[in-house]
Amino acid sequence: MRESLLIHIQDYITKFGTPITEIILGLGSFSYFAAQVFIWATRPPYRFRLLFEQLYFIGNKSVFIVILTSAFSGMVMCYQTFLGFSTINGDSLVGPVVALSLAKELAPVFTGLIVTGRCGAAMAAQIGSMKVTEQIDALEVMGINSYQYLAVPRVIASVLALPQLCCLFFITGNIGAYMIGVHVLNIDSFQYFSKLSDFMELTDIFEGLIKASFFGLMIGLIGSYQGFVVQGGAEGVGKGTNLAVVWGMITILVMDFFLTSVLVKLL
Amino acid sequence: MEYAIEVEDLVKEFGEHRILNHLNFKVPRGKITTILGFSGAGKSTLLKHILGLLRPTSGSITVLGNDLQKLSELELREFRRKFGMLFQYAALFDSMNTFENIAFPLREFTKMTEKEIESRVFLLMDSVGLNRDSVKKLPSELSGGMRKRVGLGRALALQPEIMLYDEPTTGLDPITTKMVNDLIYDTNKSHEDRMLTSVIISHDVQATLKISDYVAFLEKGKMVEFLTTEEFRHTKNPTIRKFLDL
Repeated sequence: MRESLLIHIQDYITKFGTPITEIILGLGSFSYFAAQVFIWATRPPYRFRLLFEQLYFIGNKSVFIVILTSAFSGMVMCYQTFLGFSTINGDSLVGPVVALSLAKELAPVFTGLIVTGRCGAAMAAQIGSMKVTEQIDALEVMGINSYQYLAVPRVIASVLALPQLCCLFFITGNIGAYMIGVHVLNIDSFQYFSKLSDFMELTDIFEGLIKASFFGLMIGLIGSYQGFVVQGGAEGVGKGTNLAVVWGMITILVMDFFLTSVLVKLL
Repeated sequence: MEYAIEVEDLVKEFGEHRILNHLNFKVPRGKITTILGFSGAGKSTLLKHILGLLRPTSGSITVLGNDLQKLSELELREFRRKFGMLFQYAALFDSMNTFENIAFPLREFTKMTEKEIESRVFLLMDSVGLNRDSVKKLPSELSGGMRKRVGLGRALALQPEIMLYDEPTTGLDPITTKMVNDLIYDTNKSHEDRMLTSVIISHDVQATLKISDYVAFLEKGKMVEFLTTEEFRHTKNPTIRKFLDL
């Protein structure tokens, strides 16, 4: 009786302990990877061509999707805000509220989520397929550090591109909101902008840009890491791609909370 | 006799599993040596030790007079440029065409001008039997045999002192297999003047007997025999006989 109870407890601990151990091991492995990326980012050779290629892929190629998403997000945001404020005759607050929401939250978070879906997944797929076809081994055999060659340009490019895309999101989001607010909801054009300076400061935009840089860092690191840890063949690449998107999005949303808590006090 | 690779009492353990079990052998310089063995014998693990990609649990590996244990990570990276490697499926960079794949090591490690790189790449293409039509083709547009040629061209670009071949004929049809074997043999012979050493990891007994100067036989991490091809052909070792008579 006592022995079976002990076995039961042992099974229970194993059942719940194994996933916890796996998470801790995963975090350790990710931290080691991130440390390697930071170390190798400082060492020559500096491959600017690869960096510009990644900047083009992450930045330029995301422009269209960012414009499309931001314009509609701004429009929706304006619509919903107007519905609320119009009941208390607060039409003049619609512009500042939309702009503030876009600058501090919507622009960095949405840009982060878009880039995770588009580029984080692509990073994992590219590096993962290189891993399963021994291309990464080929780099290592040639004496090239694969973290430096593959991960460093992607991570730096993400950190640099995200704030720029965030800016673009902020601008086109506000244009979309203005178009709907003024031309569809008939808010006075002067009124739309009148209280903007009362409610918004430059630090609000900086807050968004700082967040975007951190999101870029995590997108680059997670996307590359999931590529490097791919195992098996095509199935492994698919799994890695999926994990890059899932963990990228979760990280952005969780990190957003902590960054907000810190930046609100700092700025 | 001069040796390119000297392995002394090499042991590698992963957790409780011993993959390489007190290996001792020397690979003669300028010759073709094939390491044969069943799947799971530890051939690929041995290859990674020779390249310095894995550190032994105990024992030592000396390559071209350098004890790999004593080299730092950065020194090892530098040292690996003395190797060329042809992977099982060539491992060509799929975003680069034939020219770019062969030019890759030259662009990374030399200060050659684009013109010099171009003439060197064409020279390498000629030496591995690639015609100019394939210059702009991506790896996905090449046949298995062509990919091996490109992979060999890339591996030879920096004029390595040791060429490693990881199961070069696995998955190829008999005609392409013969072509690849001839290519390995010809490559070694054409670089005889600078004592190019070739180490092949293979299952292919017939090809091994045809092109190798020496044969090593691994079983469960242990070196069963290290013989000349002629001695290997007539060995009475029961494990090897079983392998030869398959």
